Amino acid sequence: MMTNAVSHYCRSSIGRKHLMALTGLALCGFLVGHLAGNFLLMVGPDAFNLYGYKLFSLGSLLYVIEAGLGLVFLVHLGLAIKLTIENKKARGPQAYHMKVRTGRGTTFMSQTMPYTGLVLLVFIILHLMNLKFGAYYSTTVDGIEMRDLYRVTMEFFTSIGNVVWYSFAMICAALHTAHGFASAFQSLGLNHPRFYPAIKKISYLYAIVIGGGFAFISIWAHLKGV
Amino acid sequence: MASGNMTLNLKIWRQKHGEAQGKLVDYKVNNVLPEMSFLEMIDVLNEQLVSKGEDAIAFDHDCREGICGMCSMMIDGKAHGGFKNTTTCQVHMRLYKDGDTIVVEPFRAQAFPVVKDLTVDRSALDGIMAAGGYTSANTGNAQDANSILIPKPIADEAMDAAACIGCGACVASCPNGSAMLFMGAKVSQLALLPQGKPEAPKRALNMVMTHDHLGFGNCTTHAECEATCPKGISIEHIARMNREYLKAAFTYFEKKRDE
Repeated sequence: MMTNAVSHYCRSSIGRKHLMALTGLALCGFLVGHLAGNFLLMVGPDAFNLYGYKLFSLGSLLYVIEAGLGLVFLVHLGLAIKLTIENKKARGPQAYHMKVRTGRGTTFMSQTMPYTGLVLLVFIILHLMNLKFGAYYSTTVDGIEMRDLYRVTMEFFTSIGNVVWYSFAMICAALHTAHGFASAFQSLGLNHPRFYPAIKKISYLYAIVIGGGFAFISIWAHLKGV
Repeated sequence: MASGNMTLNLKIWRQKHGEAQGKLVDYKVNNVLPEMSFLEMIDVLNEQLVSKGEDAIAFDHDCREGICGMCSMMIDGKAHGGFKNTTTCQVHMRLYKDGDTIVVEPFRAQAFPVVKDLTVDRSALDGIMAAGGYTSANTGNAQDANSILIPKPIADEAMDAAACIGCGACVASCPNGSAMLFMGAKVSQLALLPQGKPEAPKRALNMVMTHDHLGFGNCTTHAECEATCPKGISIEHIARMNREYLKAAFTYFEKKRDE
């Protein structure tokens, strides 16, 4: 009975929307941690490499965390694909000849969610290939040998093409989260006239800080050079 | 603001029946008065068509005072014309100028098949209603009005949700063809009131399940429904339904009993 209820919940429109919201918010939380870590690039090579070393020294726990993050990402991605296909079908066989936004509802951000999401998917794959699974340099900080992630990152951003692509992806991340962050609260039923206007503002602020923060660091890294 | 007789150019969706191929057809309608409602303007056009021996344009309408929810058309790409808190029958021609071109299409969605021209079959909304949009308690005669006390803000909130006339503008304008606002309004209204509370969990579960089966889409919080709802129903009611559904999905349990 219990498993039946849960599986039914996970297949219903609202249950899946709750899962989209929860996984989306989890990814939003991850981005905060990631951005905070990236700012260590500006502190210096040792600070950044030590941060990386600390993470790696978590050992098997890190794999558990990474697997969890990967699972959250895959759930978000899988549901997004399924929902987008379903929603397109639900729109019906005949498209409107004329459909105008009222300006009080749909926004550019909300309409482009599947597209910005797709850019982010491509970005994440390339991002992991270029950096996490990228070149391996060794360095020594305080007598400990560790991976020189600072060098990998700074070398990546010497290419102007990489900076432009990275910044473009971060604009997409900002657009995606500007709608997604607030929308997650609505999906979870946390829409209250007293708090929701504030949540919407926080959503925009979050998008600007995250998108702008990552893009700023990439431009800073390019200007600084290796 | 226009005055005197107007001549309008209309592009209206004509489709003989559900399976037929439809298309936009150009019409010129004369003698439109600014005092006319949008539906009266189509009446005038239909009289012109009938006098020429052509088939009149089929469209849904009933009360023509904004309370029945029958009139349903996309006017210039917006449900009910996109005017705030206004149904098509309450759109007046003074909002248009002489010589304007207006595009009129039926409400579209997978769950709203076209019957003819601008008439669509919205019985899928009835299907959602039949799955739980009611209270089944046998209440007998009308009780004293004050025997069940309901705080004024709660009563007001329930009334806001109950304002839904079931026109389907939310579905028609939703980029996902979802009926969440329609369903949310009913789930919310009944969950707020003591009469609706006993069946609230079952209602939420059954209505959502039926909604999904009928081919409506999923909500992605565009809020275009709220923007085009002629009764100004807020997506806060969708949020309340989301809460009700969450609660119901994890707590509602009906024990099998022998008859």
